[in-house]
Amino acid sequence: MTSTDNLHKLPLEDLHREAGAKFGAFAGWSMPITYPLGVMKEHLHVREKAGLFDISHMRLFRVSGTDGARLIAAACPLDPAALDQSQSRYSFLLNDDAGIIDDLIVTRLGGDAFMVVANAGNAAADEAQLRRLAEGLDVAVEPLDRVFIAIQGPEAEAALNRAGIDTTGLVFMHGVEPRAGWFLSRSGYTGEDGFEIALPADEARALAQDLLGQDSVEWIGLAARDSLRLEAGLCLHGQDITADTTPLDAGLMWAIPKPLRETGGFVGADALRRAIANGPARKRVGLKPEGRQPVRAGAPLLDENGETVGSVTSGGFGPSAGHPVAMGYVPADRASPGTQFFTEIRGNRLAIAVHPLPFTPHRYHKG
Amino acid sequence: MAETYYTEDHEWIRVDKGEATVGITDYAQEQLGDLVFVELPETGKTLTKGDVAVVVESVKAASDVYAPADGEVSAVNEALPGDPSLVNSAATGDGWLWRMKLADAGQLDGLMDEAAYKKMIE
Repeated sequence: MTSTDNLHKLPLEDLHREAGAKFGAFAGWSMPITYPLGVMKEHLHVREKAGLFDISHMRLFRVSGTDGARLIAAACPLDPAALDQSQSRYSFLLNDDAGIIDDLIVTRLGGDAFMVVANAGNAAADEAQLRRLAEGLDVAVEPLDRVFIAIQGPEAEAALNRAGIDTTGLVFMHGVEPRAGWFLSRSGYTGEDGFEIALPADEARALAQDLLGQDSVEWIGLAARDSLRLEAGLCLHGQDITADTTPLDAGLMWAIPKPLRETGGFVGADALRRAIANGPARKRVGLKPEGRQPVRAGAPLLDENGETVGSVTSGGFGPSAGHPVAMGYVPADRASPGTQFFTEIRGNRLAIAVHPLPFTPHRYHKG
Repeated sequence: MAETYYTEDHEWIRVDKGEATVGITDYAQEQLGDLVFVELPETGKTLTKGDVAVVVESVKAASDVYAPADGEVSAVNEALPGDPSLVNSAATGDGWLWRMKLADAGQLDGLMDEAAYKKMIE
């Protein structure tokens, strides 16, 4: 048993305990990993109905002030002026080598106010970077103390509506502040339609209980969150992307508008331009192991001569895909779907091939 | 009369006429969660006490199952490659893992009986 004494506790931990959650440590937090339903059924429930996730370990920063857009432009490879009000974009904080410090979602709340949603494990580094860049600017960077929940799946919207939350007109990758202290966005990390809601703890408790009272809604733990995002081809920072991978290596250049690649002044812009000029040496790809055996993060990828040419960064079983799924890095000139590699598990050689991402189609509500 | 032993690693061993059937306990399958793959040994393989005999893989992770004694694998559960979830649904029955001919049944002395095992997982 892992000691959970030094971990942050979720404000709604008692609700998870009542629901029978098994807890584990993740990014300094004691998190529900599975509920009695079990990871397989939890995963499938999200794809078929609606799953409720407690993601309060993630960090929200509210950026506001006359230099709000200037700070975002300096920190992230995105053009804040090109964002409509309520529009969100997937972006990054990069280091001077264009390595990914964190991946995040930036939403323009209105005027020069932005919401930045960051990963738990990188929150301290993110805050330090944002505050350093904010020096001398007229801008406030405010970490918010909120409960953060996500509801994901084809019945997510109906469940929220029944709980009295209006989602009219809100389409994928948009977010609003519908009530004092709330942030509601149509987004998530499962590949399904869904919403993420940050709100004060007492209101969150009432909302969670209301949602869980509906037949279509179940708590979903971190284990299923991981298999869902992996099937959806979405990166986990710390595994699939790190401070040693650039958006170019990771195949995430779609998140960086073309003009900015040439003229942007964000941290890491020069290094990214050099990387583009040189071309990537490696590329992140989806991988499908042959057979039923899951291939885990850290497994080597070998070519036909047995040379290690890459590695698996995330791997497990895809309950919706019905077979093992993985992601990893391979040489950029050998990254096309169907390219065959091998891996070794406990001394056994196993075939594994590049597979298009996502493994299960995205079903976002784009309006 | 078959006798059932339990290990601290959450395996059960049912011994009948010098042949042992080995599996993981219901407690263990619950801790592991849904199994998606079971790597079984070859029939005829010689195991030494403490060897990794079987690897069970859940959605999240792989876990080793150890040989509780020396012996030769006499059978494996052929139903598991097609349906690893049998270990979840019937850990102490249809979800058995392998059978082995014990070289020295005395190696099982000192393992727990059911009452002692239940006490351990309380």
